[in-house]
Amino acid sequence: MAGISLKGLRKSYGTAHVIKGVDIEIEEGEFCVFVGPSGCGKSTLLRMIAGLEDISGGDLTIDAKRVNDLPPSERGVAMVFQSYAIFPHMTVRENVAFGLTIAGASKEEKEAKVAEAARILQMEHLLDRRPSQLSGGQRQRVAIGRAIVRKPKVFLFDEPLSNLDAALRMDMRMEIGKLHHQLGATMIYVTHDQVEAMTLADKIVVLKEGRVMQIGAPMELYHNPANLFVAGFLGAPSMNFLEVTVQGVTGDKALVSSPVLAPIEVSAKRGPFAPGARAILGLRPQYLSVAEGGQLSGKVALTERLGSETVLDIETADGKSLVAALAQDAVFPIGTPVTLRFDAEKAHLFQPEETASQPH
Amino acid sequence: MASKFTRSNRTGFLMAGPAVFLIGCFVILPFLFAIAFSFTNQRLMSPNPTEWVGLSNYEALLGLGTLTLEPEKDATGAVVMEDGEPKFPATRSFTRGNPDYPQLAGMREWFSFDHGGSRTFVLARDVVFMTAVVNTFLFVIIVAPVQAGIALGLALLINQRLRGINVFRAIYFMPVVVSIVVVSLLWRLIYDGQSGLLNNLLSAVSFGMIPQIDWLGNPDTALGAIIGMSIWQAVGFHMVIWLSGLQTISPTLYEAAAIEGASKTQVFRYITWPGLRNTAVLILIVITMQAFGLFAQIDVMTNGGPLDSTQTIVFQAVERGYVKKDISGGSAISVVLFVIVLSISLIQRWLTREKS
Repeated sequence: MAGISLKGLRKSYGTAHVIKGVDIEIEEGEFCVFVGPSGCGKSTLLRMIAGLEDISGGDLTIDAKRVNDLPPSERGVAMVFQSYAIFPHMTVRENVAFGLTIAGASKEEKEAKVAEAARILQMEHLLDRRPSQLSGGQRQRVAIGRAIVRKPKVFLFDEPLSNLDAALRMDMRMEIGKLHHQLGATMIYVTHDQVEAMTLADKIVVLKEGRVMQIGAPMELYHNPANLFVAGFLGAPSMNFLEVTVQGVTGDKALVSSPVLAPIEVSAKRGPFAPGARAILGLRPQYLSVAEGGQLSGKVALTERLGSETVLDIETADGKSLVAALAQDAVFPIGTPVTLRFDAEKAHLFQPEETASQPH
Repeated sequence: MASKFTRSNRTGFLMAGPAVFLIGCFVILPFLFAIAFSFTNQRLMSPNPTEWVGLSNYEALLGLGTLTLEPEKDATGAVVMEDGEPKFPATRSFTRGNPDYPQLAGMREWFSFDHGGSRTFVLARDVVFMTAVVNTFLFVIIVAPVQAGIALGLALLINQRLRGINVFRAIYFMPVVVSIVVVSLLWRLIYDGQSGLLNNLLSAVSFGMIPQIDWLGNPDTALGAIIGMSIWQAVGFHMVIWLSGLQTISPTLYEAAAIEGASKTQVFRYITWPGLRNTAVLILIVITMQAFGLFAQIDVMTNGGPLDSTQTIVFQAVERGYVKKDISGGSAISVVLFVIVLSISLIQRWLTREKS
């Protein structure tokens, strides 16, 4: 088990710069999730750590040792692939023991380690089957089994659950979480699914176009996003963004307003904001409630009742759309005029020049 | 009133019709004719009516016999020596009009071996055909593994991402596109005994130490020369089949192996080779079948000679059927070849079956 440090890591294919200087510190035993939209470089970054991609610049250290130029097998990492990458002509037992076979381990050692891995992953009954006789979830277990027999310092997961159906994905997600507690190993996990990121991670790294947008604990990122991209990327339904004008600044507070929003004073810590300038006000749908005399008003355009919550799509007077997630199972006929209230403490004010990405 | 099902069936049959007709005319009918002719005395052109002769064509082809003889002894009981070797009675005296050995009548010596002072002669009714069978098997046994192996090696080489790799792919594939007759003509020049390319090349690299060899004119080298040229000609074809097999192996398997620390040989042993299993079966069967059909090279380069050292089964079938106008004899050879190839393919299928 070991800590990993990425310092100014870069990757270029010719003139195309895919990873543009990434700095991340991952503590020993930490579960770190790289998350971001497709093409943000998260898988490339993982493959650079694994040694499957060359590093164009910067330093990668595992366990305080620079490993930039070491082949994958000498970095002490194990990897679980999205496509499982289990060998189709070998039984589960042979697959799990593959790394040991390569290293020339004795038969007894292989037996013992395979048995232990099978016990941890509860797949003793699958050991003599062939991959073609396994379901997707079982195959993923085999791939994880192959990773754990070698007792690597670091586990790398490359979107391991993307090929599974929704129910299985949730089960396996929990399994991986438990596995982390059981093994206590350092794990790096790549996903585009924010739910996986939020539930599994000790530390989330949000990436966009080869750059780190923010690093932090899941709740820190959720409650205190550093920029519009992180704010829009995490949370479902995603955050509402309102264009506002700054009326005045006092200390770390700013007074903002818009044609649909009465003046309100919010935190201006992502400043500086100048009076008269444009800004973006971010409001999580969960912190909007339907109440008399709220700060925002509009008409219900769509109601989605999910059981645990009701999602309202509200059209404001200037034709923009706002989403509110209400905890109660309420019925609002389409066209009903409503006013929405929010707590100024829970609102986030962002600089407008930060380009808001399309939340997925 | 026809239902929709039968109507659409009729369209299907109509579309398949031309192909079925052509295959019937030129593959299935000749195949059946060959089997039928092989039991008759049919000739290509003959005023006599065709007669049913049963298995006599096969007997004439495959008839074998053995004869064990003691060396000749003189009046004192000592073995008669001739050129330093014991003298044996002529086999002729047993195979020509000897009423004590009717089963050997008309046979000729194929080969012989000594044991404990006596000598056993293996006699064949058709020695040339036996030579052809041996040559063909020799050809197959050498060409199948060597050609498959070289093709796999080339496929592994050209399966890399390198600049200009397509040029190499094209070069290796080129001989396949050229007609075998043209290739054979060119190689006749290469193998020429006086000023052939191969002789010049060998003499240049050995500074004249290697003498000029008439590759196709020498019974010891002729078959080898044809084997070498045949391997070169078709290796590109099998290389492409191997390549397609290689490219079906998922690159993540190689990445997984790299992370586990597998060496190049381990990667080949545990990932590449098992992944090529089906391709290997296909290639083995295809090469075997093609090799058994060896004809064009022989026809162009040696005509079966010198001294029958390059006779092959198909060459014999054509020679007998069309040159000697003995269609029934030629048909019998084709049927024998068919049985041989079929049995070998079935054995290969069985040996390489998926063991579960």
